[in-house]
Amino acid sequence: MTMPYYASAEQVMRDRSEYARKGISRGRSVTVLTYADGVLLIAENPSSTLHKVGEIYDRIGFAAVGRYSEFESLRVAGVRLADVRGYSYNRRDVTGRVIANAYAQTLGSIFTEQMKPFEVELCVAEVGATPESDQLYRLTFDGSVVDEPDFVVMGGQADAVTTNLREHFQPGMGLVEALAVGVAALSAVSASTQANGGGHASLPAEQLEVAVLDRRLPKRAFRRIVGAALRGLLSDDTAADDAVSGETTPEPASHAPSAPAPGTPPGLGDPSAVDTAGGDRPAPDTQPATDTGSSPDAQVGSDTEPAADAEPAADTEPAADAEPAADTEPTSDTMDGPTA
Amino acid sequence: MSEQIAGRSGFPPAYLDRVGSSFTDFLGQTAPDLLPGRRPVPQVPMGDIAPHGTTIVAATYDGGVLMGGDRRATMGNLISSRDIEKVYAADSYSVIGIAGAAGIAIEMVRLYQVELEHYEKIEGMTMSLDGKANRLAAMIRGNLGAAMQGLAVVPLFAGFDLDAAAGVNPGRIFSYDVTGGNYEERGYASVGSGSLFARGSLKKTWRPGLSADAATRSLVEALYDAADDDSATGGPDAVRRLYPILYRIDAEGAVRLPDDEVAAIAAAITADRSAGAENRGA
Repeated sequence: MTMPYYASAEQVMRDRSEYARKGISRGRSVTVLTYADGVLLIAENPSSTLHKVGEIYDRIGFAAVGRYSEFESLRVAGVRLADVRGYSYNRRDVTGRVIANAYAQTLGSIFTEQMKPFEVELCVAEVGATPESDQLYRLTFDGSVVDEPDFVVMGGQADAVTTNLREHFQPGMGLVEALAVGVAALSAVSASTQANGGGHASLPAEQLEVAVLDRRLPKRAFRRIVGAALRGLLSDDTAADDAVSGETTPEPASHAPSAPAPGTPPGLGDPSAVDTAGGDRPAPDTQPATDTGSSPDAQVGSDTEPAADAEPAADTEPAADAEPAADTEPTSDTMDGPTA
Repeated sequence: MSEQIAGRSGFPPAYLDRVGSSFTDFLGQTAPDLLPGRRPVPQVPMGDIAPHGTTIVAATYDGGVLMGGDRRATMGNLISSRDIEKVYAADSYSVIGIAGAAGIAIEMVRLYQVELEHYEKIEGMTMSLDGKANRLAAMIRGNLGAAMQGLAVVPLFAGFDLDAAAGVNPGRIFSYDVTGGNYEERGYASVGSGSLFARGSLKKTWRPGLSADAATRSLVEALYDAADDDSATGGPDAVRRLYPILYRIDAEGAVRLPDDEVAAIAAAITADRSAGAENRGA
């Protein structure tokens, strides 16, 4: 028989899809779900250093399944794109859509142009000022991008996890409840739980990688929840919930957040004092905060005021300039004497 | 730019290369025009047409470090700004204060902030304090050409060293020269046109093991003395309610002291000195 020299485009694409799907289905599952204060990212991941969940930018997180080297290079590319864009324009110009589009284009061109497609599935999550503006983009190996409501499940047994989540997910759950629902859904299919022949009743903290995008945090919303804080949350300990969701960071040293303190001037990285370039300053009516205390909107409204106040103060009194200077002069003149 | 960085084919190849965790190095490869120090500088002295920031002081205290700066920027003999901010949080455990050409300095601070955050996101951990001080030195070195035309930028850097050994003060201060020289200071330091007077003041008021409050007063007093003798340094301005900017960094991170707090310290210093002057019969 002769060798087939021709393979139809459909056949090539089918083969590549099958190859990628096989690779992805070997991995453990990851779920990303919305909750009252933001987005919760949960991965079944026994490694504490090879992350499946990461930070892209102030309000944008990343979760992935599949081949580590491939999604890690995509994560780094996303961080670079976000940082270059935020540096050359403004931090507000970095959106989840921009990142998701770049991933979609890259995955799409790799899928069609290269022999081996990337065996990855990604989720780009963006936390908004309100639960309605949270965005979850799911990206598959062929470059398709879907904007999903409520939750995204990726990885080996995504269908089973999705079915489980559909039954138990409620919009607007608290962090403890959302974590319980997410972990239960992952545990139902995990090989390390008793239901599937493993040793645990449900996935323990050591096998989980958990992070949140918390809309109440002023600048960088991404926080990992590790160690005691995670164990506390899993055992439904409300004290631990406070420790995580409050001002204190669960893990102060090695993953310390870099939020510039309040008062960083416009354009220097503090989203609560955004550089509006003279344009649409947030209206004061964003001020009434929700019951969560301080939505980012409310902070934008209140924090940009001091800067705006200072300028009129300096501007409105050009004539009086000389007098105050003269007024304060005598005190400074008379203190040439001994200093303390 | 946007076509280039998120074009039809997604990420440019350089974005997918695993070349390193420095944002500055990455920009140097992909968009060198965005970097300060890579642009040609006109070969004329420009010191008088660009606003310059002036005095920055820093001092350690028992449990951390403080940095403060006055609010004046000058352009030759003019005051170009009364409310400029020259001290910034670089990340959650370090601050940077800038003296010199304000435009270049603020661009450098922005780049430096992204540099630290970028490293943290890519590596999953924060840079060591010495690493941060070295990265800043490299940026200053890149600005040497502009510095020779009168656009020097000389920062002061301070941070809380999370890896400090027990018994060593974790608050540390680093000073720089225009060639990128990087020197760790003991106790206190100052840069800018009023630094001579500020240092003289700190020499008398600062001592090791001060409390945070005493060290804060010491810094405000140093800025007061600098403003007293240096025309390019602004003193506390009660009329416009403009006061020096102070940052305190301790184990909890960097915080900017509220204006009210600084105003109260400035008022106390003014009152003390007025009283001292009356006692001398001046």
